Amino acid sequence: MNPEPSVGLVLPSRSHTPDNVQLMLYNAILWNGHRIHFDLPYATEVEGYPGLVLAGPMLGDWLHQLVDEWLGDKGVITRVEYSNRGATYVGETLTVGGTINAFDDSTGDLTIDVFVKNGAGETVAPGIIGACLFLDKEVN
Amino acid sequence: MSGLLSDELLANIGRVSEPRREVVTRRDIRKYAVATGSRLRKYLDGDIAPPMFHVPLFWDVVELDALTPDGVSIDTLLPKFPLERAMAGGLEIDYLKPVRPGDWLTSTRTLTNIYEKHGRSGPLIFYEIVMEVKNDQGELVIREKTTRILR
Repeated sequence: MNPEPSVGLVLPSRSHTPDNVQLMLYNAILWNGHRIHFDLPYATEVEGYPGLVLAGPMLGDWLHQLVDEWLGDKGVITRVEYSNRGATYVGETLTVGGTINAFDDSTGDLTIDVFVKNGAGETVAPGIIGACLFLDKEVN
Repeated sequence: MSGLLSDELLANIGRVSEPRREVVTRRDIRKYAVATGSRLRKYLDGDIAPPMFHVPLFWDVVELDALTPDGVSIDTLLPKFPLERAMAGGLEIDYLKPVRPGDWLTSTRTLTNIYEKHGRSGPLIFYEIVMEVKNDQGELVIREKTTRILR
């Protein structure tokens, strides 16, 4: 975990550009057969989407990854609240970021405002993640 | 009572699904970590499950003839709603205990609320489903509340 937590700290951001293969593998492990995720003619001609639709919970997972990578072995995610606000598509580059909005150094509890934004800068998945830092210094 | 939601429909609040018991495997954790683009070795090696691993673990497995033509499985916990177009939904998840390969987990889903609001473009129906995931000792491991909006 670097640097140390403080309110207002911006976590290192990450971008994702998932392709058809990643989207297929994600829906396969879910056992999700919804055509909008793999059948391009169906997604565009029947449903009217501009491309293959990314699965919403995958964006939710990325919110967790942002915080999990920053925490390393110094803490654990305890809670999340997020929503999917709009569809996103294969070929888009999505950026995940977050800012610490509360930190209690006596308990180790912190909350982080997180988001996924699309290429146009629109927030497509806002959320809040709660985490707890381990107070046991032996972890170091 | 509001316009769209009949007493009969609201009587579905409190419906509970059949419990589902599944085993966590290293292989499934590894697949999930790869598919989500994880860079954390503990997940890529399947030593411990990442948050949200309960999503693939408890996604409904139905037979081919139970899927709709667009490949979707019908959620049998839900009644027929007078509005059908699904809009954005939200999730709230509490993580109470770690999940590791070999763990047997049981999920139970409850339809906890149905209500109506009036949006700018007309009426909206909201419903909430709470999924509780417990271990074989009966301890709560994960609690998830899904809210979905229909228009």
